[in-house]
Amino acid sequence: MNWIYEPWPWYISGPLIALTMFILLFLGKNFGMSSNLRTACTIGGAGKVADFFKFDWKTQRWNLIVVVGAIIGGFLANNYLSNNSVNINDDVAQTLQTYGIESADDAYLPEELFSAEALSDPKVLAILIIGGFLVGFGARYAGGCTSGHAISGLSNLQLPSLISMIGFFIGGLVMIHLIFPLIF
Amino acid sequence: MKSIIYLIVGVFFGIVMYKSEAASWFRIYEMFEFGSFHMYGIIGSALAIGVVGVQLIKRNKIKALNGADMHLQPKAKSFWRYILGGILFGLGWALAGACPGPMYVLIGAGYLPILVVVGSAILGTFVYGVLKSKLPH
Repeated sequence: MNWIYEPWPWYISGPLIALTMFILLFLGKNFGMSSNLRTACTIGGAGKVADFFKFDWKTQRWNLIVVVGAIIGGFLANNYLSNNSVNINDDVAQTLQTYGIESADDAYLPEELFSAEALSDPKVLAILIIGGFLVGFGARYAGGCTSGHAISGLSNLQLPSLISMIGFFIGGLVMIHLIFPLIF
Repeated sequence: MKSIIYLIVGVFFGIVMYKSEAASWFRIYEMFEFGSFHMYGIIGSALAIGVVGVQLIKRNKIKALNGADMHLQPKAKSFWRYILGGILFGLGWALAGACPGPMYVLIGAGYLPILVVVGSAILGTFVYGVLKSKLPH
């Protein structure tokens, strides 16, 4: 039964992500996960502050239910379907060690950043807060995230999604190659 | 009844994200280090099938189950919002090691600090909404 705990290879995972998009299209919806963050703002009353949040959030209820499902899926996968360790390229794991991140190959997320204890480190807290803020701000500014642009938009051959995707990679490469050496 | 379908789609998506390791900070870091084909294979194979499927839907004018047109509207034409927003998103994606889909999956997986990431992502979305009219689009 060990095979249950094995990670899925890319050629299984990629088509299943495409399948998720097609199921939502057939249901008359679209595949985009970051729009839920906007819905959360609207539910919280942000429409009083900015028109951008003035919309009937109940039209997005279906997508919030998808989020609840994703949370349940994460719970099931973590507890019953995985040994929760990710084996990455050895050279990359060694580079991470020089940054003080030693848990590659043993954990699913670096314990140095995502354990409850790590939260008491102000640097870790800043990394999580700034990282999250940029994801939320950037996704809405660009009109979509990895699911909305990199998968849905590019599947529809949208030039704006290609531009966004190029932006995602410029930002990611700058962070990993120029900024990481300064912060770790 | 329809709610249950969306819940099942979400559970399926969550399991795929977790089992594919696309929800792992390590895989995102490795991708930007060009250390493995894994993430490129996931995005590339999803896209290859996505492009073919969307073209088939368009050519055959396939409708959604409720009879309406599928949600395949063209994105508004622009450059600056996509490149600038994209770069900001990419910086955050690499730093937090998570994009919006996997964030929710990781809540379920029990990594409490991801709640900080989700909370500040909502804050980031809010600040964008407030500043929207002042930003180049």
